Amino acid sequence: MTRLAELRAIVGNDHARTAVAGDTLDGVRPRFVATPGSVGEVSELLRLAGSSRWSVAPAGSGTKRGWGNPPTSLDLVLNTRRLDRMIEHSEGDLVVSAEAGMTLDSLQTHLEGAGQMLALDPEDTDSTLGGLIAANASGPRRFRYGTVRDLLIGITIVLADGTVAKSGGKVVKNVAGYDLGKLFTGSLGTLGVIVGATFRLHPRPATSRLVKTDVGDAEAVGAALRRILRSSLVPSAINLLADKDTIGQIGILFEGIEPGAEAQAKTAAGLLQGDRDPSVFRGEAAMERWRDLAESSPEDAPVTLKVTCLPAELPDVLKRVNEAAKRCRMTTRVRGQIGNGVLLVGLSVDETSQVVEMVTDLRNFAHEGSVVVLEAPVEVKRRIDTWGSVGDALPLMRKVKEQFDPAGVLNPGRFVGRI
Amino acid sequence: MKRSETHERGETSLSRAELIERMVAILGAGGVVSERAQLRTYECDGLASHRVIPSLVLLPENVEQIEAVVRLCHQERIPFVARGSGTGLSGGALPVEDGMLIVTARMNRIVEVDIPNQRVVVEPGVTNLSVTTEVAPEGYYYAPDPSSQLVCSIGGNVAENSGGAHCLKYGFTTNHVTGLEVVLPDGGRVHLGGKTADPPGYDLMGAFVGSEGTLGIATLVTLRILRQPETVQTMLAAFSSPDEAGGAVSGIIAAGIIPAAVEMMDTLAIQAAEATVKAGYPLGAGAILIVELDGPAAEVEHQFREVEGICRSNGASELRIALDADERTRIWKGRKAAFAAMGRISPAYYVQDGVIPRTALPVVLRKISALATDHGLRVANVFHAGDGNLHPLVLYDDAAKGEAERAETVATEILRICIAQGGSITGEHGVGTDKKDDMPKMFTVDDLDTMQRLRCAFDPNGVCNPGKIFPTPRLCGEVPGPHRPHPLQTAGLAEIF
Ligand SMILES: Cc1cc2nc3c(=O)[nH]c(=O)nc-3n(C[C@H](O)[C@H](O)[C@H](O)COP(=O)(O)OP(=O)(O)OC[C@H]3O[C@@H](n4cnc5c(N)ncnc54)[C@H](O)[C@@H]3O)c2cc1C
Repeated sequence: MTRLAELRAIVGNDHARTAVAGDTLDGVRPRFVATPGSVGEVSELLRLAGSSRWSVAPAGSGTKRGWGNPPTSLDLVLNTRRLDRMIEHSEGDLVVSAEAGMTLDSLQTHLEGAGQMLALDPEDTDSTLGGLIAANASGPRRFRYGTVRDLLIGITIVLADGTVAKSGGKVVKNVAGYDLGKLFTGSLGTLGVIVGATFRLHPRPATSRLVKTDVGDAEAVGAALRRILRSSLVPSAINLLADKDTIGQIGILFEGIEPGAEAQAKTAAGLLQGDRDPSVFRGEAAMERWRDLAESSPEDAPVTLKVTCLPAELPDVLKRVNEAAKRCRMTTRVRGQIGNGVLLVGLSVDETSQVVEMVTDLRNFAHEGSVVVLEAPVEVKRRIDTWGSVGDALPLMRKVKEQFDPAGVLNPGRFVGRI
Repeated sequence: MKRSETHERGETSLSRAELIERMVAILGAGGVVSERAQLRTYECDGLASHRVIPSLVLLPENVEQIEAVVRLCHQERIPFVARGSGTGLSGGALPVEDGMLIVTARMNRIVEVDIPNQRVVVEPGVTNLSVTTEVAPEGYYYAPDPSSQLVCSIGGNVAENSGGAHCLKYGFTTNHVTGLEVVLPDGGRVHLGGKTADPPGYDLMGAFVGSEGTLGIATLVTLRILRQPETVQTMLAAFSSPDEAGGAVSGIIAAGIIPAAVEMMDTLAIQAAEATVKAGYPLGAGAILIVELDGPAAEVEHQFREVEGICRSNGASELRIALDADERTRIWKGRKAAFAAMGRISPAYYVQDGVIPRTALPVVLRKISALATDHGLRVANVFHAGDGNLHPLVLYDDAAKGEAERAETVATEILRICIAQGGSITGEHGVGTDKKDDMPKMFTVDDLDTMQRLRCAFDPNGVCNPGKIFPTPRLCGEVPGPHRPHPLQTAGLAEIF
């Protein structure tokens, strides 16, 4: 049997094919693409890959395919999109289980009917649930609801040797056994293929308010953030949008019932009162402005960095980003979930040496957080580790990888320390 | 030193006397407990039915001492167990015979308070409540609030992923730890997570929280603290049956309200609590709910009225609203004293800790009640109704022949009921020694084996709190799957990093 025939014997004729140029991942062209329709098929594919000594890249919708270092080898793309079934939505328990290939969009559409939501708002809502977990994708509302690790309560995975295993469960409170959901969150497909997930849900807020204000410089951003954080307000998100010279806008989103959202917005507007009057938007208008502010994408830029810091370090980090950009002869567009100390920095250029210089410059700046290259041309990624240093835990991370994927089948080279 | 004792140890070539000498060299004489009478103080944790006297109890004062102790244990293949305050209820800190018990009580410094970034860094022996006490003057608190918070340690909380009444809205320990310093079972020190968001790499910190002391010893813990809410409102609602109370809980959730806490107590629990602390609970009630809302005043006020309405429409006969902090404390007092109060109505009791989907509450409570009747025992229920975490207290008389066994049967059967409903065998007390044999009821052999791959990465020799969580240890040497050279080697990339 040819290799392709072997794949087709597992997933059916329509669901395995020879790879084409468009399947190329960071310059590495796989040989095949297979789209299994069941957990059993995932397991069989991985066993075949193991015995064929193939490298496998698990994939969902492909929204994060640019993340991570270039793979050291790649033979098979294992796409989970056909695993897209809803397993159980238990409304009264605010819990949902679904297969990992379901997209966030279709999950949310389903939940909307019950007035509920999965409180994750990453940029790409057409990403699959498995992809979300593997990439640890998050959005501005993390300020209130947390990230994947806070909402994932159960996970089903297929290991490189075909073993199907689960951890957690479908109740929100559960401490039986190790929490492998945490381990797989952000593991970028290097430990196993995620095939199913259970999340805790939240009620959909009835209404929203957006308090928006212009800020003149980095210090003003810091001051505004300090005031909000020190208050007892409960915003859903605190975002910054800043172009070129850090002159930008801060938007604070409040969600909930009418009286609560209204009162909080008034208090926040009062706290932000300065040279410029903050504006308050309500309901649909609030959501429209919010989308402009939070979703206008630095990913339009050819290179995107994710810079994290402590909230109190924010002014210094913003200044540093500006200075570094000047030194490296480029401009930046910064969008930040500043309440969490997360900045997405879009760079205006993709010239390898300039980008490398910029990243190195930022990494040399002694602050608590990290500088990760999210999207960049492969030439850049060949020159620098996209993740940066992970400190003294790297040897332990390697041991974990060796236990879960001893033969190095899954996404070799793409993770931290080229795991 | 008696000669015979040297034979009792595992693979170590050191005699007990030599071992004591080496440990004293590291910890000083005051840091090593070796007298049998003193060792007995540490023979069990909160689960008194399991007792083992350790070889030595060690009381380190700093991380360097822990490293040195663990390195020695690693070299000599001596098993060790970490212990915080010993309040665990699953035998997680049960010592290993011929092993070391490493007690963190002397490592109780609050190392850093960082209000602007909402972080506190503490040593593992710091008690849960003292974190909140430390930051309260600034208007902050540490959210996870186990009932044992006055004594239990942050290290123990991290190991058990402890919860509390307010976890319904705010999450468990795992949602409030951002960084750990850990001494690994080979004596090496690593830093997992940190103070900032999304550190790159595997979330080994997330995997460590809840690992019940089997992956290493946490020596520093970075916690997230929260701003105190603008308003807190608490009510006590009395119902004629747990069914009605359960209906109210479902109604609250269906209305899109997430209270800070929803606790339920049944008649027996109410009676026991009243007999002890006189919280003023309605003695005739079939069940009471304590519902607490917190957050922005305008929101809480509105939703509180809604909750009142929901309770009434589900048959609440009495509603008491705390008008001030004193009244709130009084309402909570009965709930917090409930476990201890069982002594008033029964000579002995067994605390179970199972979880069910919240919607299954009424049917499960009926099944538990029938089960108790069948076995001629009483079961009192005090629990976190909002997240379906049951704490049935199986009451028995240990002097009456066979009752203890029957109580254990009932407790085990309760877990079976929870699992059948799609629940869990433990919501917050952990698996430890107590429930490791129940793990196969919830997980397949492959599930458990996969979890233990993590353990093998941290503790390949199985010396760190051995014999807990898993019914059968996995041998770490055997790595399944076809072997091939690491792709880094084949790609010639291995030397670069
Ligand atoms: C009256 C009472 C009420 C309780 N109420 C609650 C409750 O509401 N919610 C709840 O979740 N629990 C509750 N518990 C259980 C218990 O208090 C918690 O599990 C607590 O976290 C244990 O802390 P500890 O310091 O006593 O730990 P210990 O009992 O000493 O140890 C528990 C586990 O942690 C490990 N460990 C300890 N320190 C470290 C460290 N530094 N590094 C790694 N591992 C370590 C031990 O090896 C052991 O496995 C209650 C217990 C009692 C007695």
